[in-house]
Amino acid sequence: MKLTKKKYASSGKADSKGLGLSRRSFLKNTGITTGGLAAAGFMGNSMIRQAEAKTALSPDVPKEVKRTICSHCSVGCGVYAEVQNGVWTHQEPAFDHPFNRGAHCAKGASLREHGHGERRLKYPMKLVNGKWQKVSWETAIDEIGDKMQQIRQESGPDSVYWLGSAKHSNEQAYLFRKFASLWGTNNVDHQARICHSTTVSGVANTWGYGAMTNSFNDMHNCKSVILIGSNPSEAHPVAMQHILLAKERNKAKIIVVDPRFTRTAAKANEYVRIRPGTDVAYVWGLLWHIFENGWEDKEFIRQRVYGMDEVRTEVAKWVPSEVENVTGVGEAQMRKVAKMLATNRPGSIVWCMGGTQHTTGSNNTRAYCILMLALGNMGVSGGGANIFRGHDNVQGATDLGVLSHTLPGYYGLSAGAWKHWASVWDLDYEWIKGRFDQGKYRGKQPMNNNGIPVSRWVDGVLENKDRIEQKDNLRAMVYWGHAVNSQTRGVEMKKAMEKLEMMVIVDPYPTHAAVMHDRTDGVYLLPACTQFESYGSVTASNRSIQWRDKVIEPLFESKTDHEIMYRFAKKLGFADQLLKNIKVVNNEPVIEDITREFNRGMWTIGYTAQSPERLKEHQKNWHTFDFETLKAEGGAADGDFYGMPWPCWGTPEMKHPGTPLLYDTSKPVAEGGLNFRARFGVERDGVSLLSEDSFPVGAEIQDGHPEFSDKLLKQLGWWNDLTPAEKTSAEGKNWKTDLSGGIQRVAIKHGCAPFGNAKARAIVWTFPDKVPRHREPLYTPRRDLLDKYATWKDSESMYRLPTLYESIQKQDFSKEYPIILTSGRLVEYEGGGEETRSNPWLAELQQEMFAEINPYDANNLNVRDEADIWVEGAEGGRIKVKAMVTRRVDRGVVFIPFHFGGKFQGKDLTDKYPQGSAPYVVGEAANTATTYGYDSVTQMQETKVTLCKVTPA
Amino acid sequence: MARMKFLCDSERCIECNGCVTACKNANETEWGIQRRRVVTIDDGEPNETSISVACMHCTDAPCMAVCPTDCFYQTDDGIVLHDKDLCIGCGYCLFACPFGAPQFPQEEAFGERGKMDKCTFCAGGPEEDPVRQKELYGANRIAEGKLPLCAEMCSTKALLAGDAQVVSDIFRERVVYRGHKDGAWSAVTPGEMSEEEMAVRAEAFATDASSPVIAKA
Repeated sequence: MKLTKKKYASSGKADSKGLGLSRRSFLKNTGITTGGLAAAGFMGNSMIRQAEAKTALSPDVPKEVKRTICSHCSVGCGVYAEVQNGVWTHQEPAFDHPFNRGAHCAKGASLREHGHGERRLKYPMKLVNGKWQKVSWETAIDEIGDKMQQIRQESGPDSVYWLGSAKHSNEQAYLFRKFASLWGTNNVDHQARICHSTTVSGVANTWGYGAMTNSFNDMHNCKSVILIGSNPSEAHPVAMQHILLAKERNKAKIIVVDPRFTRTAAKANEYVRIRPGTDVAYVWGLLWHIFENGWEDKEFIRQRVYGMDEVRTEVAKWVPSEVENVTGVGEAQMRKVAKMLATNRPGSIVWCMGGTQHTTGSNNTRAYCILMLALGNMGVSGGGANIFRGHDNVQGATDLGVLSHTLPGYYGLSAGAWKHWASVWDLDYEWIKGRFDQGKYRGKQPMNNNGIPVSRWVDGVLENKDRIEQKDNLRAMVYWGHAVNSQTRGVEMKKAMEKLEMMVIVDPYPTHAAVMHDRTDGVYLLPACTQFESYGSVTASNRSIQWRDKVIEPLFESKTDHEIMYRFAKKLGFADQLLKNIKVVNNEPVIEDITREFNRGMWTIGYTAQSPERLKEHQKNWHTFDFETLKAEGGAADGDFYGMPWPCWGTPEMKHPGTPLLYDTSKPVAEGGLNFRARFGVERDGVSLLSEDSFPVGAEIQDGHPEFSDKLLKQLGWWNDLTPAEKTSAEGKNWKTDLSGGIQRVAIKHGCAPFGNAKARAIVWTFPDKVPRHREPLYTPRRDLLDKYATWKDSESMYRLPTLYESIQKQDFSKEYPIILTSGRLVEYEGGGEETRSNPWLAELQQEMFAEINPYDANNLNVRDEADIWVEGAEGGRIKVKAMVTRRVDRGVVFIPFHFGGKFQGKDLTDKYPQGSAPYVVGEAANTATTYGYDSVTQMQETKVTLCKVTPA
Repeated sequence: MARMKFLCDSERCIECNGCVTACKNANETEWGIQRRRVVTIDDGEPNETSISVACMHCTDAPCMAVCPTDCFYQTDDGIVLHDKDLCIGCGYCLFACPFGAPQFPQEEAFGERGKMDKCTFCAGGPEEDPVRQKELYGANRIAEGKLPLCAEMCSTKALLAGDAQVVSDIFRERVVYRGHKDGAWSAVTPGEMSEEEMAVRAEAFATDASSPVIAKA
């Protein structure tokens, strides 16, 4: 980027003194290093800087080598961390790790800086009369707990919101959901809502599971890769290693579809520029050519797809001229790309936030799936829907249910789901029920009603309480590992923060949430550990679960997430229930006990056989797994796939190897094969939904079949394959609820997938749009298209809240705000960026928040390169940023990165951070300028298309 | 005798800056000193190309030729190093260097340009005491039998480091796979020439790993 590599950031080095005690200062005091804090007082800043930056050491100090996983994205890169005297002194590349072979992007290569943590939040603090005051952990927990109990008594448990994190380990994520459940609320959620929620809904509703189907490594086998709304060069750089291998070795065609000419597009064979928010139209445009030329895989569709004819009817409307009118892509290029995909099979589709973060996100994700189904690219090596997840454990935190609409394992919120988990937790269902608000709101009981999603907590605070499906507004927010600046509508968020009675921020850093409001009281900051100060498991995007060692002891006064949960549970009076079967040692719940507990309950998605013992065995032997197939050849894990990608069926004793490719019928289920899931019934309108003549190798039922239950086993005469103990457990149960795993074991013994064998469905009759339809964004510059492609009607209630569509779209903002505003990532930073902007090695590389603007628009608006500009969103939120004039964006489109924070509408907030904890780089949060708009299925926020105006500052 | 070289494969380089922070991680250079950086040409345009640049450890290094205090020396492995105790911070080496490798601390306390700092190929420098060596010159991975951390951590294996012969063998294999008419520094146009022709071209382009990088970019 042009605006980088300057001298010191304004917020940079001035306050680098007074850092408190760190592990490094311990080292200095013992004389191992040369510099020292003692000198800091009487030298200039430049001298301090030098002393601070060194970690020189004697080579004689013995080294301990820990194995951990990078915490900056979901590729799951392995790391060797070398520790001396408790200090993380070296980071060595893990050349023998099967995902990354030692490779890292900027974030991964700077991981060791986490061991310094100079800008970390050092101890619990609270805001008193506008000043940060140090408090003890005990005082903080006591005061917060008392306030929560008061709110609970007055307004019920739903008025406290538990906002969890994709940065939790699996164990912490699971414990967090359980914690919220026992507090008695579904007002619990995390970043996945605003990341890939529309993927999970769209994809799971198409073929059963909502996750990446293949793996990064399997992409070596692609003949074509179409990336739509995905920029791995910045967001998942190590994925590019695999993609470029396919390009080089396999002559794979790389196609990038994006409004922006990204760094990934620079490596593509074909770059397609679409207007933001026209994904469905684009995909239907491709399918139009595919159907027109008979390029679809007819046999695959016959055997494994339901409802493709209805899609054909919709696609027929998308003639090339209409596609060009809506998306901006001409017929020749549409045909060229369609032909590339048709003639280069198997091919894979990749999408990320560019596809998901739309009001129409759930339509987009389904359209992508349908494209792959039409081409017959599913369930094969080199094919698949390779959906790259964001944070390191957003897949795991999603799987383990840190979500307002489901319990762990996507069991949902029905009474049956609660009873299943009550039996896993060994708790009385009625007691759990009693923890919830017993009222009914619009006929719905809070225990079984979706909670408020993270995208909407602002409305949970500000909306008239009579229009919310719960007793009262949200009165206290707990932000546990969350970047509020990654959420839209910053201006209203500030209002909401100021209306709340209490804000609790649990994070290694103070975060933008600590400074963006003008509160003077009622804010607590609790220092949490990073994943390098703890241990446990983490799920990569390809569904592999990896074990992390603890690298260093907690820095400063920070505590691990699970310890903080335990302390809160104790204060709030349900620690005994929360940890009934989990040991607590030194106030820390034992991680392995938590893993074993979710192993006992996560049957739906096969998180049951990855015991801590097996996970550690994989970790120790990661060198034995093949770089191409991820399969271990010999060694302790012989035959397993690395990290036992879920579903890993049955009990650990069953030794299922994990499922490297979802729905791949070329392998027996026992060896990782699968078919599409029978999730939507067995027939509809008299037509079977089960697959025809398609089944995994070795299946005894050589056709479609429903999911397994005790009844089906009896019907098939397989009941007696169960052991007596399994029979007792399986009676009246199915593959999802039989805690013995017997039903799964017997199904697999006969070669069948426990979840049945059905077709994928191209139509979803439970969604607002049965066939995915193009609908214009709420804030669209194309008013002429609204007759044909208007959005939905407003909804009185979705996820407890009224949700607007039509009433916004009806207003014409395009005169005053003529430019499309879209947002995205930079490689140096992650998410809201508080952690990465506090890492000097990264912060140095991106010191300025900027907006990309096309030269045409810049010249018309009298904006020069690197000049200050105001970007004002259509709801009036304004950000003052540097202009980067570039043809990377099209005319009429402005792009802003979303990782900055610490400035608000032109005001620098650096001095509002607790002393010594402001990040090295601050900047305007992109989402101060973004606007309203939520997906019609999942409440995903719209960040990729809104309108703005640009003026010189 | 090995001859150490860097080579950045621009077909693979995605400007992720992994090499830049890996260098920080290994050498702990201060804020403002970047021994390695990624240069992007035609940023945001159809021919956008990125390449990671640091000291190229030239065989006939211009910095050595111009240094008034003769602080540079070349190791037996062909690594160009310098002695900070001899450096007077005059900056001649910076003008001589075609790669912009020499770096100078920008805000030294007493108004000087400061001692020159540059990539050492992670080979440390002329200082016996390991603690002081690390402080002055950064890591000495070569002494531990390791290669520079920037190349070892490169996200796409674009940046290669090591013995020139090995580096060029790896690169040559890639060029053959790709079938470029023009080494790796042109648009991808497979199928334009026979495998043999490609192999001949690849040989020609890969033997000297350092020289054509900037010229072609």
